[in-house]
Amino acid sequence: MAEMDTSGGGHHKKGPGVKKAKKASTRVDLTPMVDLGFLLITFFIFTTTMSQPTAMKLNLPKDTDKPEEQNKLKESGALTLLLGKNNDVYYYEGQLDPSASNLKSSTMKKIRGEIIKKKRSTPPEDLMIVIKPGEESTYKDVVDALDEMTINDIKRYALVDISDVEAQLVKVSDASGAAGK
Amino acid sequence: MARPKIARKSTAVDMTAMCDVAFLLLSFFILTTKFKPAEAITVETPSSVSSKVAPEKDVTLISITKDGKTYVSLDNEEVKGEVANQLNANNGANLSPSDIAAFKKANFFGTPISQLKSVLQIPTDKLKAESLPGIPTQDTAHNEMVAWMRAIVAAHSATGTKINILFKGDNLAKYPSFKNILTALKKNDQFKFQMVTNAEGVPEGTDLWKKFKSGQSISEE
Repeated sequence: MAEMDTSGGGHHKKGPGVKKAKKASTRVDLTPMVDLGFLLITFFIFTTTMSQPTAMKLNLPKDTDKPEEQNKLKESGALTLLLGKNNDVYYYEGQLDPSASNLKSSTMKKIRGEIIKKKRSTPPEDLMIVIKPGEESTYKDVVDALDEMTINDIKRYALVDISDVEAQLVKVSDASGAAGK
Repeated sequence: MARPKIARKSTAVDMTAMCDVAFLLLSFFILTTKFKPAEAITVETPSSVSSKVAPEKDVTLISITKDGKTYVSLDNEEVKGEVANQLNANNGANLSPSDIAAFKKANFFGTPISQLKSVLQIPTDKLKAESLPGIPTQDTAHNEMVAWMRAIVAAHSATGTKINILFKGDNLAKYPSFKNILTALKKNDQFKFQMVTNAEGVPEGTDLWKKFKSGQSISEE
């Protein structure tokens, strides 16, 4: 952006043969510098907000051996998620059938549909989701499962140790690679 | 006939002022930004929809790496000194006053208590988390996290500081190592803790999303 020289030269005649030295403008175009400044500002704004780690709260219940202190849950309202290898999730409603015929398989990505289905078909006061992570499940699966509870606004859920029968079932299903099919 | 001369105005705007503002803001942001310090323990955290910011003061950070090693870091030096005393009294850590001084300076602990003394001889900047074996948590009989947590809880109550347990696990850490730490926390009557995660958007159409849309905040239990 060349500045117009509006100072108007040639008012004072110096006489013939005397050439006026051309005055070079000292102005610098600052537009690219402003661009650069704002670019850097945007960069810094984005990097500062992105690096904030967040924390997820988890409250554990006290372990109790007394049966009267333990929470009762209705069989019809219970949904149990078993976490297996490679983000696989196995789930069953109510009690696990001895022949494991009601055990279904899914993956962490698809489990939300099942949780929503269960939530819609169960009265809220009966709904209870039990998360049982298996030996092969990762920390990420556990956090994802807990996160699903927040996402789907489930009021009652529990993180419970897996039983031997279930652990065995998860192992067998993991080995056969049946999940998600 | 002479036409009246219209003064031709320049359309150029003076950019100097704008440039000043831009660089003033820039320097402000540079000076106020705290870059994340290089983590001594590499942990890739999972993401969650939680938007609560992790506490920064008086933090007890328990980290699990992807191969299942457990480390503990504390940020308050006073608490650290007290933890060292507790480990001396209850677990036979056998730390001398100079060891305790080193303990206060250490950024993280990841050794069985019996080896703590020898590891404290290594200068902090030379200490690599990968070379340490981690705090043993494998089986219930030798879960040293129980001893650590007992010492930390006692140290917090002795110094009158609030205990903030933060848990930072790697995506690929196996659940049993997490469970062993939960057991250690429960044994010390610590039922509340927070898990460090990366923030993530709430998926559209879910119940939480509807709740946010209707302007309700999530209940804090």
